[in-house]
Amino acid sequence: MNPVLHVNDLQVTYYTDAGRAKALDGVTLSLNAGEKLGLVGESGSGKSTMALAMMRMIKPPGRIEGGNVIVDGTDLTRLSDQQMLKARLSKIAYIPQGAMNSLNPVMQIGAQMADAIKAHQPDTSKAELETRSLKALESVDLKRSVSKMYAHELSGGMKQRVCIAIGILLNPKVIIADEPTSALDVVTQRQVMETIDHVQQQLGAAVILIGHDMGLMAQFVDKVAVMYAGRIMELSSVREMFTDPKHPYAQALINSLPNLENKGVFQGIPGLAPSLLRLPGGCAFHPRCPMVMEVCKTARPKIDTLPGGRQVQCHLYAERV
Amino acid sequence: MAPLLEFKNVTKVYSRGLLSRSSTTALNNVSFTLNENEPTIMTVAGESGSGKTTLAMLLLGFINTTAGHILYKGQDISQLRGAERMTFRREVQAVFQDPFAVFNPFYTVDHLLSVPIERFKLARSKTEARDRMAEALNAVGLRPEDILGRFPHQLSGGQRQRINVARALVLRPRLLVADEPVSMVDASLRANILETLRALQRNYGVSIIYITHDLTTAYHIARSIVVLYRGNVMEAGDVDSVIKTPQHPYTRLLIDSIPWPDLSRRWGETELKVKEGDIHDRGAGCRFLARCPFAMDKCQAPPPLFRLNGHQAASCYLHEQHPQIEAERLTELLPV
Repeated sequence: MNPVLHVNDLQVTYYTDAGRAKALDGVTLSLNAGEKLGLVGESGSGKSTMALAMMRMIKPPGRIEGGNVIVDGTDLTRLSDQQMLKARLSKIAYIPQGAMNSLNPVMQIGAQMADAIKAHQPDTSKAELETRSLKALESVDLKRSVSKMYAHELSGGMKQRVCIAIGILLNPKVIIADEPTSALDVVTQRQVMETIDHVQQQLGAAVILIGHDMGLMAQFVDKVAVMYAGRIMELSSVREMFTDPKHPYAQALINSLPNLENKGVFQGIPGLAPSLLRLPGGCAFHPRCPMVMEVCKTARPKIDTLPGGRQVQCHLYAERV
Repeated sequence: MAPLLEFKNVTKVYSRGLLSRSSTTALNNVSFTLNENEPTIMTVAGESGSGKTTLAMLLLGFINTTAGHILYKGQDISQLRGAERMTFRREVQAVFQDPFAVFNPFYTVDHLLSVPIERFKLARSKTEARDRMAEALNAVGLRPEDILGRFPHQLSGGQRQRINVARALVLRPRLLVADEPVSMVDASLRANILETLRALQRNYGVSIIYITHDLTTAYHIARSIVVLYRGNVMEAGDVDSVIKTPQHPYTRLLIDSIPWPDLSRRWGETELKVKEGDIHDRGAGCRFLARCPFAMDKCQAPPPLFRLNGHQAASCYLHEQHPQIEAERLTELLPV
């Protein structure tokens, strides 16, 4: 199968007064149609930068320094700004973190949806605008009457589902959901995730779910990528990640998860996430790593592909010559 | 055994509208007691709109009850004046959800910690004040030399939240209200903050009311739990029993909706009946009626609490074969 999304060696740097911060440092991954990938990591690990870079929404002082984002055969990094405007929503859609703040408070939901379609297809008839937005609302399990409502009349979960409806209006090939449920209650969270799952199956799109809730990942995605300091430390299928994590950071992350068996055991990861302005040399994780070796302090590990297609960036698994 | 804090049939109704008054019952007839010499951690759990933050606000004395009383060491907190009020203010402390919003960005962290010391005259000299600040920071696992003199923006979310706990600790409180203390903190740092709270209870004898919608963390930190839904107690008891064998349909739904990081445990065994936003019941009956898969005719009348065993009670007619228990006596089932 041909991958619908291919991210190749993506580099993003923020130029701040205090120095250069490499927020993404050579991220490579690919995703087939219908696949769901989870992107996990602590705050500052580059998850959201990754989403913004794929949408080409990085604002100065940030800049995409290199690499490609290929969606359905088109390299987004080579498009002009005009072409990129068209590509957003029709090729790649973004479901933002705080849905509550991303809807226009003085516009009816239906009008906002019509706006999105008109921006891409200006000669769509009024009747068609309406049928298409109503269809999108229905596919996220909202009533038709929602299209005549304003954002303040909706609950948090409903607003988030409106954002999903807007995201799927133009049948994108890739949907990026950036912590879509972090502000919602557990029951609502489950409804929203079921909605994303449902529309994804309808469209056959690839979904990237960004978040730090490993529980949600275990229940939702097919593959998990663990990010640390702007790099993907490990990329495995969800089963392999939870049963046999390879990278020491992934292992620590999995071990820190609470479950019903280990009541009262809190196992945090010692140390703090490094500042991107002063990244440690070699492997970025080495100051916190329990299995640190001499080579980790000087040389940055390469991406190794283990049997079964898992990718690990760690000297422990480097091919011994 | 002297009670430290008593909630006696506390009800809070918010009214709005000038001509057509409409009202929302945020908390309905809630009673519990925490004892003075048995420091414990009690969880108050529920979704948004369940009344859990209203409970915290009432307890801190920020808003007044509509009916019922809140007693602190036997005295109604709305009647406290002068020195007694100051003692209450000092001994009951809070940690709030957002570790970013509570700091004044223009002052260093020292300011946040030194103001309560000055206000309550807890130290006689500058060195003593500094020692107390250092002690409190050590207690929450921070190194004073890393923290003092820094501005809030130089610290991480986890560090800030622990400073909030340290600020509360400086005052030697008897009771700490933690309203969603970890929901805005990274998963890997949550463990540290929860561990800090638990050490506080164990080593300093502070009782903690842990308010959350996250039953996973509640399970790990608390001894007892009260599950609220739209202001009413749905289920209460020992945290192990309630989370492992939930009896109320609402608690079952909540626990079933937790995404466990466990591949053998699939999400969503129970079907979701009514989506949120479709609930319009204004009746007097069970608050959960519209979403309940087991709804019966008699649910139109408000269900009392049924005592299921020595450490669990549920407000649901499915358990009416068990003896009823008055809301005021719920505390007897909560372990410490």
